[in-house]
Amino acid sequence: MHIPDGYLSPATCLVAYAVTLPFWYVAFRRVKRLLHTRMVPLLAVFSAFSFVIMMFNLPLPGGTTGHALGVAVAAIVLGPWAAMVAISIALLIQAVFFGDGGITTYAANCLNMAVVGSLVAYWTYLLIAGKSAPGSSRRVVAAALAGYLAINAAALLTAVEFGLQPMLAHDAAGAPLYAPYPLAIAVPAMMIGHASIAGFAEMAISGGLVAYLQRANPGLLAYSARGADPKPTDAWRSTRALWYGLAGLMILTPLGLLAAGTAWGEWAAADFGSAEARQEIIQASGGMAPPAAAPQGMERLASLWTAPIPDYAPSFMHSAGYGYILSALLGSGLVLLAFLLVSRFAVRKASPER
Amino acid sequence: MTDPERWPGRRRLRPRDFAENLVHGLAKAMAHGLAAESLSARKGLLQGLDPRVKLAGCLALIVSGVLAQSLAILAALFLIAVALAFASHITLARLFRQVWLGVLLFTGVIALPAIVVVPGTPVWHIPLLDWPVTEQGLRSAAFLIGRAETSATFALLLILSTPWPHVLKAMRSLGVPVVLVAILGMTHRYIFVLLHSAMQMFEARRSRIVAAMPGRQRRSMVAASAGVLLGKAFHLSAEVHLAMISRGYRGEVHLLDDFHIRPRDWLALGIALALPIMIFWSQR
Repeated sequence: MHIPDGYLSPATCLVAYAVTLPFWYVAFRRVKRLLHTRMVPLLAVFSAFSFVIMMFNLPLPGGTTGHALGVAVAAIVLGPWAAMVAISIALLIQAVFFGDGGITTYAANCLNMAVVGSLVAYWTYLLIAGKSAPGSSRRVVAAALAGYLAINAAALLTAVEFGLQPMLAHDAAGAPLYAPYPLAIAVPAMMIGHASIAGFAEMAISGGLVAYLQRANPGLLAYSARGADPKPTDAWRSTRALWYGLAGLMILTPLGLLAAGTAWGEWAAADFGSAEARQEIIQASGGMAPPAAAPQGMERLASLWTAPIPDYAPSFMHSAGYGYILSALLGSGLVLLAFLLVSRFAVRKASPER
Repeated sequence: MTDPERWPGRRRLRPRDFAENLVHGLAKAMAHGLAAESLSARKGLLQGLDPRVKLAGCLALIVSGVLAQSLAILAALFLIAVALAFASHITLARLFRQVWLGVLLFTGVIALPAIVVVPGTPVWHIPLLDWPVTEQGLRSAAFLIGRAETSATFALLLILSTPWPHVLKAMRSLGVPVVLVAILGMTHRYIFVLLHSAMQMFEARRSRIVAAMPGRQRRSMVAASAGVLLGKAFHLSAEVHLAMISRGYRGEVHLLDDFHIRPRDWLALGIALALPIMIFWSQR
């Protein structure tokens, strides 16, 4: 799970830093506001605890053993934002001091395990635990599933990052320069190991630890027992489903690279004159041949607007795959910006000035 | 208790039991920390450089390894790492034990299937299976292993030649916030405190085990140990917090900064920073 240096291309590493940086910033600010002077000692000791937990070798059914990440434990006890910071610090010490995980890939590791892992674990736990009693066995099941899903979500993201590398960087002879396997191999290879061994290790430590704390130290489970903190505002609550949908779409964006052929109906006026493009249109339309020339209305309208990033690939980008990813990020950012502006306007309208 | 030599791996006549395995893993982590401290106190090329220069230089060399798109450049970088180790009295046996073997085993397993999976020009067929080994596959496996080995060697050289508090102080010169530097320093300290606690717990439990434990019981023992450790960690953080407050801590962190850059540090930094720039320009 800890990606070493050299597995990801420099561009991927930079994108991972750009994506993770805002999470670090927000998490750090929230933790500072909540904990004030307690922040330094609490984060230091909890990061050390996360580090030690990552070294525990857990016996699994079938005679194998697996290392747990402890991400669900951190998210349940500290909440997602403090868990993000604590696990990032533990990962930094692992990378720099113990050489476990790379330095250029540090942000990617944090994104997969600390950011996505913490959020998936926390929301899974809250969703399944619901309003059950703090000592109920439903919370043990919730913690076990939170651990299992968190580690598998992190593994899936790692696999996607690996799987994109052959498309992003190869030498003149076609040899991949970084992780060599395409998505079709990287995803199953990573997921088989994590859906079985590592997933069960995480499940056992998360469920087992919550069960133990319920008996021995229930005070430590108080954070997640009282629900999300800070309390979600009405605006956040009403738009939460949209945010989830958007996050899901952003995560699935790279899958567009897998799709073969052309998107039905997304043809340019010039495609009607090109023999190759005509063949693709016939194939995508179930054998129906398109008209010999582009419809007049389409031609007239096509000249009205030229997209700044045509076909998702900026002209200065030589690699189509790289351009696709960059465009996806830019597009997602623009959608987010528009969404924020709209939600801000909606909130103002909903709460008239007093 | 903390002496790692008490759990020698080679001379064992029977396989380690479960609790012993856990103690052994934790002891190895502590041994790594102790070795790093003693090596960084020796006199050598890297030990004599300013920690800020070493940190920036090692990062530049790691980035060079990631940027390089030719196996010859990667090999040259690897030789630079070996030469730096030699000049800093870090033995090749230590590098082999601490980095090269581990990275080769881990990355090797991942890279090996690439020699037949990556499509390209076949150079050889595996007998019996008749799978074609491709030139592109061999090159991609060599890139992966070469990059991982080179980068990990540079990272280890930094840690073995610089005391951890100095690495942390040097991070400030790269723009890492001072609060984070303080947390990292304390985390490093409490990792060893908690490792010590965990080892004591497992050893106490081990001394009371008379027969093999069933899997379910072993899992619940590890989870309970993690729970106890969590309770101890929170207790410890509350105590540390009170100790800090009683000594005047009000949320502001101040660190002493006593590094001095000399001409040879500038030279080392210049060479280290020139490498990734040269590699980047030569590949454009």
